[in-house]
Amino acid sequence: MSEVETRAGAATAGPAATTPRIATDGLTKRYEGATVVDTLSVEVAAGEVFGLLGPNGAGKTTTILMLLGLTEPSAGTVRVCGFDPTRQALAVRRRVGYLPDDVGFYSTLTGRQNLGFTARLNRLNGETAQRRIDELLTRVGLLEAADSRVATYSKGMRQRLGIADVLIKDPEVVVLDEPTAGIDPRGTVEVLELVEDLAAEGVTVLLASHLLQQVQQTCHRIGIFVGGGMVASGTVDELAAELGTGRIELEVGVAGGDPQAVLGDMATVTAVEPDPAGGPGRWRVTARRDDRAAIAGRLAEAGLGLTHLRRRGDDLDDVYLRYFSAETDSAETDSGQTDDADTQRR
Amino acid sequence: MNDTGEAQPAHEAEASSQAPRRWWARWRAGARRAPQAPRGRWQAVARKELADHLGSVRFVVLLLLVLAAATATVLSGADALRQATGQDGPIPAFLRLYTVGGERLPSFVGLITFVLPLLGIAFGFDAVNAERSQRTLPRLLAQPMYRDDVIIGKFVAGLITVAVVLGALVLLTGGLGIFSLGIAPAASDVGRLVAWWAVSVVYVAVWLALALLCSVVVRRPATSALVPLAVWLVLSLFGTLLAGLVADVLAPREGGPTAAIENVETQQAVSRIAPSTLYGQASSALLNPQVRTFGVVLPRQTDRAVPGELPFDQSLLLVWPHLTVLVGLVVVLFAIAAGVFLRQEVRA
Repeated sequence: MSEVETRAGAATAGPAATTPRIATDGLTKRYEGATVVDTLSVEVAAGEVFGLLGPNGAGKTTTILMLLGLTEPSAGTVRVCGFDPTRQALAVRRRVGYLPDDVGFYSTLTGRQNLGFTARLNRLNGETAQRRIDELLTRVGLLEAADSRVATYSKGMRQRLGIADVLIKDPEVVVLDEPTAGIDPRGTVEVLELVEDLAAEGVTVLLASHLLQQVQQTCHRIGIFVGGGMVASGTVDELAAELGTGRIELEVGVAGGDPQAVLGDMATVTAVEPDPAGGPGRWRVTARRDDRAAIAGRLAEAGLGLTHLRRRGDDLDDVYLRYFSAETDSAETDSGQTDDADTQRR
Repeated sequence: MNDTGEAQPAHEAEASSQAPRRWWARWRAGARRAPQAPRGRWQAVARKELADHLGSVRFVVLLLLVLAAATATVLSGADALRQATGQDGPIPAFLRLYTVGGERLPSFVGLITFVLPLLGIAFGFDAVNAERSQRTLPRLLAQPMYRDDVIIGKFVAGLITVAVVLGALVLLTGGLGIFSLGIAPAASDVGRLVAWWAVSVVYVAVWLALALLCSVVVRRPATSALVPLAVWLVLSLFGTLLAGLVADVLAPREGGPTAAIENVETQQAVSRIAPSTLYGQASSALLNPQVRTFGVVLPRQTDRAVPGELPFDQSLLLVWPHLTVLVGLVVVLFAIAAGVFLRQEVRA
């Protein structure tokens, strides 16, 4: 086995520097008829932080499990560090650190003992292992608590221990599934700083989260997952631009009257409707161009007061919400099914 | 799984042929980088599990309980033996210490036969599902090892735990017996005890494998403890009854003495599916040299037969089929457990 692996490793060592650390092509996973991950094609380079953004049940975790060879793809190919996770699982798992969603530790063992076990499973022993464990405990700020039992750890400490656990094997790729779920804002900042440090060291980081804010500030590129498919990917700017083309939406706050007649006959405006989320006096204007100046002028001419004017789609928040609402509108039944299937498996 | 007895001599023979020098070299190499000896990942899993077992409350409680009960049985057995000396044929052999019960207590072997399944279940019922409920399973499986390593490591750790406990019990009670009776064991007695210990470990392995299977299939540890316990209860309480029923269907008793014998033989054959029957017969043959057969013996077959004792190797031959079936049961149960575990979803 190891012989085969080293040969495979030697064969891919050259191009590995230039080829992406993670590459999937048409990756698909079906569970009992429901498609959980749908023809996913994505590439992530070395030193890149890629954010998997999507609601619960969008197929993020399933994708991660396929990357680690913990679940077999129904179709498509995966390459991680040049290896096929299904056939060369050990080679992949030697190079990929995985922090699962809501990570658990052996609560009767101390933090240090838990890391020691992981080290042994990665063939690290004796002083080498101890030195590395101490180094990592210092890095995640757990050195003082290292010798108390994990049962006494807070959620944030457990999460940081999880990151130390992932780094023991000195990974090329780190996969973090909801690494900030359930921890306080300070802990979140610390975790995200660690992620940035890792990327600076050349580690590829895959960060799955449904929390937009973090993904936006930490990730170089983002893939938005909805109902098993990646509906968009790119940098924050690219995603916003992609949505901005052809059709823009404006939030308009008007005092003193109904702007529907006034704005409705403008050439660039296609629709004016009350904004259900904004309350009375708020309107949602759909236009072909970003013509905010003209709209403001028109309202002023008609003697209406302008209280609010904002373009939607500038922020990833909107991109995100837009994709989700589009998904729930068009594929209600489909996503409902996958969600159900997903909850059952959990 | 190398504890089956027959694997060890072969291994030793291989090692002894090639010079103690190599051994020495290996030992020195090992001493220099002592903790750096991970041959495979299942050893790492087994090591951790073993440490967990030995430090657990479960272990301490069971150990104290079994220790107290075993000491009591042996002391009362020795008492009974002392009183019976002289009336009961020749000098009582050392082994009778283990097989003779006192007035109110069962014999040591009787107690151990009762307790072994419980020990096997206790160290295996939550092997996999505890990892699930602690949410450590995804992290564990993402390490560079195969899933077999996890389940093999857990199985071996459980087995070593029980084997060590049992070995300690036998030695301790043996010492007590020598003290209270004043009889030293003969070489063949020691051989029989070792063989009995080995068969007992295999018997525990059956229950351990069953418990492991339950821990893979059943999600909740409480339920997965109940299932093998229920199997054990049904087999030990209703085993004979069920075997009788099956035998009556397969070979009806009506139709003269031949049919009756056939019925009894069928009943015996059927009851040998149960590991408890197999183990009971094996341990009685190993510890009691007077046991010559397990089959039906007619009076005319024993007519004028001289009562005597079987040599150790003949007793071993007698229990060989039992041992084979027990090992087979272990292999089958463990294979099913491992197979199911391999196909399970991580996030189930």
